[in-house]
Amino acid sequence: MSLVQQFHTGDTPLPDVVILAHKLTREYDMGSELVRALRGVSVQIRKNEYVAVMGPSGSGKSTLMNLIGCLDTPTSGEYWLNGQKVSDLVDDELARIRNKEIGFVFQTFNLLPRADALHNVELPLIYAGISARQRRERAARALNRVGLGDRMDHKPNELSGGQRQRVAIARALVNEPSILLADEPTGNLDSTTSAEIMDVFADLHGQGQTVVMVTHEHDIAAHAARVVTLRDGVVATDQRQAA
Amino acid sequence: MRLALQTIRSQKLKSGFSLLGVFIGVASLIGAWSIVNGVNRYMTEKFAQTLYGVNTFQLRRRPMFTPNVPDSVWRAWQRRPRIRFSDAEAVEAGLTVPVVTAWQSSDNVTVSYGNKESRDIELTAASERYFDIKNLGFALGRPFTGEENRSGTPVVVLGDAVAQRLFAERAPLGKSVRIGGVPYRVIGVVTKQGSILGFPLDRFVVVPALSPAQNLVNPPGILDAFLVKARSEVEMREAISQAEGIMRGRRHLRPKQDNNFVLETSEGVQQFWAGISRILVVLLPGVVVISLVIGGIVIMNIMLMAVAERTREIGLRKSLGARRRDVLRQFLAESTAIATVGAAFGIVAGIGLTIVIDKISPLPASVSPMSIVLGVIMGAGVGVAAGVYPASRAAKLDPITALRQE
Repeated sequence: MSLVQQFHTGDTPLPDVVILAHKLTREYDMGSELVRALRGVSVQIRKNEYVAVMGPSGSGKSTLMNLIGCLDTPTSGEYWLNGQKVSDLVDDELARIRNKEIGFVFQTFNLLPRADALHNVELPLIYAGISARQRRERAARALNRVGLGDRMDHKPNELSGGQRQRVAIARALVNEPSILLADEPTGNLDSTTSAEIMDVFADLHGQGQTVVMVTHEHDIAAHAARVVTLRDGVVATDQRQAA
Repeated sequence: MRLALQTIRSQKLKSGFSLLGVFIGVASLIGAWSIVNGVNRYMTEKFAQTLYGVNTFQLRRRPMFTPNVPDSVWRAWQRRPRIRFSDAEAVEAGLTVPVVTAWQSSDNVTVSYGNKESRDIELTAASERYFDIKNLGFALGRPFTGEENRSGTPVVVLGDAVAQRLFAERAPLGKSVRIGGVPYRVIGVVTKQGSILGFPLDRFVVVPALSPAQNLVNPPGILDAFLVKARSEVEMREAISQAEGIMRGRRHLRPKQDNNFVLETSEGVQQFWAGISRILVVLLPGVVVISLVIGGIVIMNIMLMAVAERTREIGLRKSLGARRRDVLRQFLAESTAIATVGAAFGIVAGIGLTIVIDKISPLPASVSPMSIVLGVIMGAGVGVAAGVYPASRAAKLDPITALRQE
């Protein structure tokens, strides 16, 4: 069963396609040898999908995640994000895309240790050039959405692992991005807390948020509605599953 | 900017060190500059005029200020004939411009009153107009008269320090002090002159040039200097050239022979001072610049460490949408803020230092506004300069590698 429209170079994606990767390759020149991390990945993700990207280490899932997150550019192929072709943008334009379109959630949370929860969530808004008053308002709203409305003035070290990851999710959401991009979001959490975080993701998905999650854990991937498996730099399987 | 201040607050120790670097640099810059500035003003405005007087020149065997002359020059000076009473009389008689003149010979002696002694006092045997030329005012009594000078009356005018030492609270006028075993009647006390670069100016006594004490300072008929004060600079120049002609005639010098005497004005001292001050102006700020450069290197190191330590943070910020210039700006703001705060403290300390130096040391110091401006510019400049390289390194970090860093 084909999940997507056939796409050809030169086409424009359909309006509800948030992520369109077309024959993406990524090669690293490691001096003596050429590492081909991606060998032509084509994937389309629609609005409000909940997709897990799986694969063993070395399969290229981190590379794909970096490309999707606009942290890296492909060696060849096209990448469209929310109707905009980003595969040939330069550094600062990518920074703007990351700021507006992508909400990152990292395995290690990556919160600023000396800043309180509210300020951590405000960060993307600072780079979006939003006024201080509005920033605080929107950051507070985002924290409320993840159930941390009462922890705004806590520093990361005053929060539990699960709470820290919620702060990180709030930070990812605060700019109302096209996609929430999570890289092993439960990798540093115990199973109970992991389940909580998965509930948060499910909620957000239920509210219409597009979620892309990279993981190697099957039971975490099981929360997603669709699982894309990479192997040796190509898509091995791409399946919908019952939630 | 708020972000920068936050980081500085949270990294107190490291920020403190770089702050200290700039602080010391700026403080010493202002301190050093102020001393040079103060001494400079003092020298040009007061020192030269105190020692020479306005529009005044001196006929001497050799220059009064003789910094670092080679032995050969010194020996040549020593071989020159001395200035004689007859020279002074001839010059005075020959000058056509209106002038005031005085004879002067000095040496150090002990002055005593009863069982009190004042040692190492400059005894000057001078003629009566000496006080006018040197612009010495009187706290008590009067100068000696021309009549007293010519007849060699044993009267004396005391400097303030001598009067204090010998008489304390008692009235010195009319008392008799001994100089070289000869009693002199005190007829006046000169107002307090203070000190110059730590040298007291009140440890002197003045007696008539022809009084018995003349034998204590010079052989008979010889004087150290003939002082000539004109009414204006132009007239002084004229008087100098006339005096030169008269002296050359008396010394039988051929047209190509050099003068074997000097006609010195306060310019001579000022030139001497200008030489020193040039060295100071170059040297002191040079030292300061070195300390600022070191401060800058410290800041740069600290910022580089900060970049290395905060690689992950930079990666995170970039992944959240920070552009290169945002990262650049953040790190530059941090280092500039450190340097500026350091400079601000440095300015306060520098001014404080200047005031303290002025108060407790003999060096006159006055704060030069220029040094403050320069201090701020250099402080901020060091901050920016030292911040540029680490900041650009930070800005260029690849977000993926930066995020992966542990």
